[in-house]
Amino acid sequence: MSAPTLPLDSAVIATQDHSGFAVVFEDVWLAFEENEVLRGVSFRLPLGETKALFGVAGAGKSTILKLVLGLLKPDAGRITVLGAGVAEMREQDLFALRGKIGMVFQESALFDSLTVRENVAFRLMEEHGIYSEDIDRRVREALSFVELEHTVDMLPSELSGGMRRRVAIARAIITQPELLLYDSPTGGLDPVTSNTIVELIVKQRDVYKTSSLLVSHRLQDAFTMATHEFDRQSSQLRALPRGQYCNVPMSFLVLRDGKVIFDGDIHELAQTKDDYIREYIS
Amino acid sequence: MELISPTELAKQKVQAVQDYTLLAIRSIGNIFRKPLYLADMLQQADLIGVGSLPIVVLIGFFTGAVLAVQTANTLQRFGSITLIGQLVSLSMVRELGPVLTGILVAGRNASGMASELGSMIVTEQIDAMRALGTDPMKKLVTPRVTATVFMLFFLTIISDFVGLAGGLMVAKLLLNLDARQYWSNAWQSLVFEDVFMGLVKPVLFGFIISTVGCFYGMTARGGTQGVGRATTQAVVTASVLIIVTNFFVTQFLMNVLSYK
Repeated sequence: MSAPTLPLDSAVIATQDHSGFAVVFEDVWLAFEENEVLRGVSFRLPLGETKALFGVAGAGKSTILKLVLGLLKPDAGRITVLGAGVAEMREQDLFALRGKIGMVFQESALFDSLTVRENVAFRLMEEHGIYSEDIDRRVREALSFVELEHTVDMLPSELSGGMRRRVAIARAIITQPELLLYDSPTGGLDPVTSNTIVELIVKQRDVYKTSSLLVSHRLQDAFTMATHEFDRQSSQLRALPRGQYCNVPMSFLVLRDGKVIFDGDIHELAQTKDDYIREYIS
Repeated sequence: MELISPTELAKQKVQAVQDYTLLAIRSIGNIFRKPLYLADMLQQADLIGVGSLPIVVLIGFFTGAVLAVQTANTLQRFGSITLIGQLVSLSMVRELGPVLTGILVAGRNASGMASELGSMIVTEQIDAMRALGTDPMKKLVTPRVTATVFMLFFLTIISDFVGLAGGLMVAKLLLNLDARQYWSNAWQSLVFEDVFMGLVKPVLFGFIISTVGCFYGMTARGGTQGVGRATTQAVVTASVLIIVTNFFVTQFLMNVLSYK
């Protein structure tokens, strides 16, 4: 099966202004010893947009999120996140930038010796030092956003997988970050819980207009996000008519063998002639 | 098991020493950079110091006691049984107090640090901490290092004291010696050099225990098996380093600073 690479000219990206973008990857390469994970990856995430990253296991999706956060450094290429070149920044300087980014890890990565309250308040506690009434109010707001107010004094081990994932979302959004990174937020969850998580992500996108990168294995989740919007009045997802899909700030990026083979919206994805992508989305 | 070439093995060892050195330097450097995480330091001091107190007291007491029992025979043969206080105090303060307390705390806390930090590594909690804008070196490593150094210093003093008390019990109850004579003999035989030597060592040992424990924890790889391996390695390495460092520090103080 052939895998033609769509023309994503890194040189073109490099010469453009990055002010309207939350994340810009320019010809990024990364290898772990002999294994080349990313081979010249280039893409841009406009401010306010959600981009879903797809690809088989080991394609480099989670690696991209770690590069955005500066948890990993690329071997070559340039990464600009909220206007800052993360590849060139020192670890000490990255901590300030990370304060503007929220991350939901694949396995939630909650601090298991801290309560839900302490987990969600972690970033605010780090900023202010003591647990104040204001922090408590914001913790309850964040937990109410994910509908888990009643878990405030529980430990992560007392929560189900879906609840842990929702607490991780609350922890990521409590400071209203400018950029959100979701690493397989619905992975391993039942369909009902997955729908709840998808609803929360769409709510964050449509209510707070937060830019986000979403790694997922579940195409149906991304399609739901691309074809629905959050209705504030009913507090539910509302399906959009087919002609209004383009109004949703949502795009798709498909990786294969460390390269970007597709980057576009839902219409372009549906019309792609690429055999690999057609098989992947079918 | 995968075989590694000698060159690769040597590279790995050099890399490990380099990483350990960097961790040790940063753990000290962070003391002078904000935030200081005083609450975490106090929590660790409680865990390490207060938590280790019962076992340190127990071991210190019986070490002093057995020292008195073992040496009583020989001293009696030379008619110097009254020197037992001096022997116990010098042995405890200069060597046994710092070394035994160090090894006990290494067994209890280096393993605890390695397993706790190792578990956090394999469950991505350390990455999550970095992602939340917090430096794990500052938040996790520096409080453990400062708390261990500080608390081992005082644990050693307590161990020395209860060791002398253990010797006193044997001298009084088993050897029928005068308690006041034992105590004044033990007390007066100690000079500044003995106390200095006995108190420099726990500072070094505390630093070794905490940095080794944190290093193996922060570099743990390979899931729960890797955490188990890191825990074992932390205890073994810390214990060996304590024994070896003890020899060199003693030599240094005795020869270079002429402490006899």
